[in-house]
Amino acid sequence: MNREKLLNAAVILLLLAIPLWAHMAEEPFLITLATKVAILALAGVGLNIALGIGGLVSLGHAAFFGIGGYAMGILAAHAQNYEPLAEWPMLIEGTNQMPVIWLVAVVASALAALVIGALSLRTSGVYFIMITLAFGQMLYYFAISWTAYGGEDGLSIWVRNEFPGLNTLVPLEFFLICYVILCAALWFAARLARAPFGLALSAARQCEARVETVGITPYQLRLTAFVISGAITGLAGALFADLNRFVSPTMLSWHTSGEIMIFVIIGGVGRLFGPVIGAALFILLEHLLGGISDYWQIYLGGLLLIIVLYARGGVIGAISGREVAHD
Amino acid sequence: MTDMTDPSGAGQVLKVSDLSKSFGALQASKNISLDLRAGEIHALIGPNGAGKSTLIKQISGELRPDSGSVSLLGRPVDDLDRVARARMGLGRTFQISALAMEFTVLQNAVLGALGARGGVFRFLGNVMRNKALVAQAEHALERVGLLSDAKRRTADLSHGQRRQLEVAVALTLQPKLFLMDEPMAGLGAGGSQALTGFLDTLRHEAPILLVEHDMDAVFALADRISVLVYGEVIATGTTEEIRNNAEVQRAYLGEEEPV
Repeated sequence: MNREKLLNAAVILLLLAIPLWAHMAEEPFLITLATKVAILALAGVGLNIALGIGGLVSLGHAAFFGIGGYAMGILAAHAQNYEPLAEWPMLIEGTNQMPVIWLVAVVASALAALVIGALSLRTSGVYFIMITLAFGQMLYYFAISWTAYGGEDGLSIWVRNEFPGLNTLVPLEFFLICYVILCAALWFAARLARAPFGLALSAARQCEARVETVGITPYQLRLTAFVISGAITGLAGALFADLNRFVSPTMLSWHTSGEIMIFVIIGGVGRLFGPVIGAALFILLEHLLGGISDYWQIYLGGLLLIIVLYARGGVIGAISGREVAHD
Repeated sequence: MTDMTDPSGAGQVLKVSDLSKSFGALQASKNISLDLRAGEIHALIGPNGAGKSTLIKQISGELRPDSGSVSLLGRPVDDLDRVARARMGLGRTFQISALAMEFTVLQNAVLGALGARGGVFRFLGNVMRNKALVAQAEHALERVGLLSDAKRRTADLSHGQRRQLEVAVALTLQPKLFLMDEPMAGLGAGGSQALTGFLDTLRHEAPILLVEHDMDAVFALADRISVLVYGEVIATGTTEEIRNNAEVQRAYLGEEEPV
């Protein structure tokens, strides 16, 4: 086992061990922090498929995160008010069942990614960044003006949604749900990177002409990656809304896009566990430094600068060196 | 099939007719016509800036000509992009290596095999454990003499080895014709000789349109040579004809004393 794999194993075990300990020590706040790490890491795992493997610098992933959040908020709001979502052409009720909410969140964010990706991927480089940003902001302002679902104030959900067989109100049980989903997403991302699709997508990032010359269309690869990426980030959005029992346009704002990207960059772009380490460090810094100063993000900015200038592989790169080409 | 339906184009794998392309005031291609026939190596020579690469790009589909037409295997391909032309069987190597530099040598070759065999949209199985793809890739690497370097990172290869890898990737596609843009550049004398020997046998699998500055290689290999000067084909003929063509000597060979 190489250093990166050891580091990954340590991180994923630690992320499980801390809440388990906190549960016994009755420190629910720590469990909530760990849950936040797991969810934000999941959003980063989604972005990392587009950014890390595909080289698609999307500054609009908040759109998918927010769509996932609003999928939860809207369905749960209708369920708690006993108002159906639609009565015609068929009766659609809200729901407080997580699996249904996740499904809706994944499908809705995948569809949004399909539309946004189909248009944005006609460009590349800085234009791609700006167009994804523009789509994200479009949805942000739409949510602000959408008074039916809280507008600028957002939507509050009184009780956390349910998962069959578990009590989601117990912090540890909700954490475990998020943790298992994160592990599943990491497993999928690892397989994807080694699959034929991952090879071709990575090659399209490194050298577009090469991919075209062997008869593969980069656009199709990138659009598929963008949709998968958006769907995973959307699922994270639904969980994040459930963690806070609240969804607001902030989830859709470009700050959120930037934060998700920061997780990936801090941890290591294209590294499987990059987003996990990045999200963990982000939350850690937020709470260690946030207690000292309201301007803690200045230190985060410093860290980001150091990483971008001196450690291109992020924290993982600094610890375990260059990525080993898989055999 | 092509041969029967199009008697004038007997054995023509590639046909370029009246191709013109300008960049502003610079006319990079002037009414270029040439063809590539089954089993031959057709060399394209000319001084730097003569428009060789521009012509190659129009044939491969990277550049759209202003006028004129390109046919592959008897079919006009003017409306097809380079992905479609690659799928039709056009194998290409680049003047400046176009390879995935982070990949191992083997991964680059496997990418070629993947393009040839299809099935890119598979999301789970490990591509490097796919026996058919790896076997096809290793076979191509072996043919160009790169198999012993299969596990090396492409970025760590010498320029000459990258050229060999380009040829290997093109081989994995089992193309119907090759477009090779200066495959000898950066190879040492030994490597250049080895590749010359290899291309000599390769022509029987698929004809080659060869852009090359190494005149020893060109005159050793080519069945026919076209000379491009200022975007114009000033002569096409056998190596003997080109060697003895007064206009060619004046315009080009005289400057470099190639033979």
